[in-house]
Amino acid sequence: MEENEKKAPEREKQLVCRNASLGYEGQTVTEGLDFSVCRGDYLCILGENGSGKSTLVKAILGLRPQISGEIEWCGGVKANEIGYLPQQTVVQRDFPASVREIVRSGCLAKTGLRPFFNHEEKKLAESTMKQLGIDSLAKRCYRDLSGGQQQRVLLARALCATRKMLLLDEPVTGLDPRAQLDLYELITNLNKQGITIIMVSHDVAAAVRYASHILHIGSHRQLFFGTTAEYTASGVGQSFLAAEETYGASAPSEEKEAEADE
Amino acid sequence: MSEQLSTLRYYLEFDFVRYAIIVGLLISLCASLLGVTLVLKRFSFIGDGLSHVAFGAIAVSSVLTFGLRAIGSEATGRLAEVLSENNHTVIVLPLTVLAAVLLLRTGQNTKIKGDAAVAMISVGSLAIGYLLMNRFPSSSNISGDVCSTLFGSTSILTLKGSDVVVCSVMAAIVIVTFVVFYNKIFAVTFDESFTRASGVNAGLYNLMIAIITAVIIVISMNLVGSLLISALIIFPSLSAMRILRSFRGVVICSAVISVFCAGVGIILSILYSTPVGSTIVAADIAVFLIFSFLSLFRKGR
Repeated sequence: MEENEKKAPEREKQLVCRNASLGYEGQTVTEGLDFSVCRGDYLCILGENGSGKSTLVKAILGLRPQISGEIEWCGGVKANEIGYLPQQTVVQRDFPASVREIVRSGCLAKTGLRPFFNHEEKKLAESTMKQLGIDSLAKRCYRDLSGGQQQRVLLARALCATRKMLLLDEPVTGLDPRAQLDLYELITNLNKQGITIIMVSHDVAAAVRYASHILHIGSHRQLFFGTTAEYTASGVGQSFLAAEETYGASAPSEEKEAEADE
Repeated sequence: MSEQLSTLRYYLEFDFVRYAIIVGLLISLCASLLGVTLVLKRFSFIGDGLSHVAFGAIAVSSVLTFGLRAIGSEATGRLAEVLSENNHTVIVLPLTVLAAVLLLRTGQNTKIKGDAAVAMISVGSLAIGYLLMNRFPSSSNISGDVCSTLFGSTSILTLKGSDVVVCSVMAAIVIVTFVVFYNKIFAVTFDESFTRASGVNAGLYNLMIAIITAVIIVISMNLVGSLLISALIIFPSLSAMRILRSFRGVVICSAVISVFCAGVGIILSILYSTPVGSTIVAADIAVFLIFSFLSLFRKGR
């Protein structure tokens, strides 16, 4: 709590969501979403499958507008300036593209009507690859990389698109525990460099360990929004963390996926 | 061998053979460029679907032409001439573009999913097309007409200078568009949601891909016919993907393969008087087998 107040004066809001209802084809998936994200925050969005996490991601990205309420961008961030790390699609798994090609495609929005990348954009791609430690992979084919390396490539692409805010959709799903840890550390480092992070996850333990703020969505409504300290002290947080300990974390299902992948 | 060479030289003196080769190479180049994107987007069958739409459209157009001629007045007669010119392109192209746009839009919000929609439109237009052709025959040789529309006619060998010009212009437009929007096409193919999220109008580029695909299919109807167009689109890129590991490499390699196979196919078909379309596709299949074999020797997978 105290820490939160100390930070208060320098905190500039980037995304405000007021009483938003989300859904599709006239069906409401979740309603009463009320939260805000400030510069430098690390917000973790938790929720069970089907609680509307992906719908919220689509709404934040502006791919599917909310049914009612407001989602507003401020503090110099525009709706189209988010570095997005999507869940992997089937198409990508066997896509013949080099790492460099993929990272460069993050600069696409900067090119506008210009057909090719200019010198600066190419340099940005190179330096971002170096920053994430994948510069040695630049010529490798994406489909030949490990899951953790693939996520780094997609993260580098997102960083080429923007340095303001990253939106990560279940980034560690399907990775082995070691790669999960690496990725979490990497994300925390980026956050320390001042990049706002919004991460969708169902890994409560990791969220509490790394995030500064937690948004927990239950079925059809928002269960909790606040700092991580408040979350662990709250009834919702305690019950979920307790469940986690009892059943040995929600990780088992993810580990199974990771095994199936290899 | 020398005998065959002299046969070839003899044929090459004819304008129509040269036209056929020019058009064939251009068409196969265009088809292979878009093929990479379509295969990767899991739209391999869209070529098939759209070509059947084009088949149906040709039938509709022939019937219309027939009807207009039957009315007999001067104005309708002229209209009929306009319709039947260039293999009914006036009607076929817009209809095919429309179908392409509808099919490629089948993203998240449709009731009928992608592959089912393609299959539905594909067989639907095939059936309606054949029904119309049969009920209102535009010539005495219906099965010949149908067969040539499906498997590519000899019409590739009866091209006029003006056809070559039309085809070259369309091919040039396709190639220039592809080169200019290469990076955008790559981004939309690899990851549409990311591209959208970073503020690029992905919908626009998808629409563009749909339209170009339709144009390619309509111009390649002449060469290989509507049943074999898919082969022209997918084989070169599948072959290239066996060996190469970068998008640019795959695109360039599939273009080379496609042009090479079309050239070989056309020449062989002239020498041995085999059907043009099938020969080209057979060459594509051969290259695919060779590349699959070679890929076994690559490190990694």
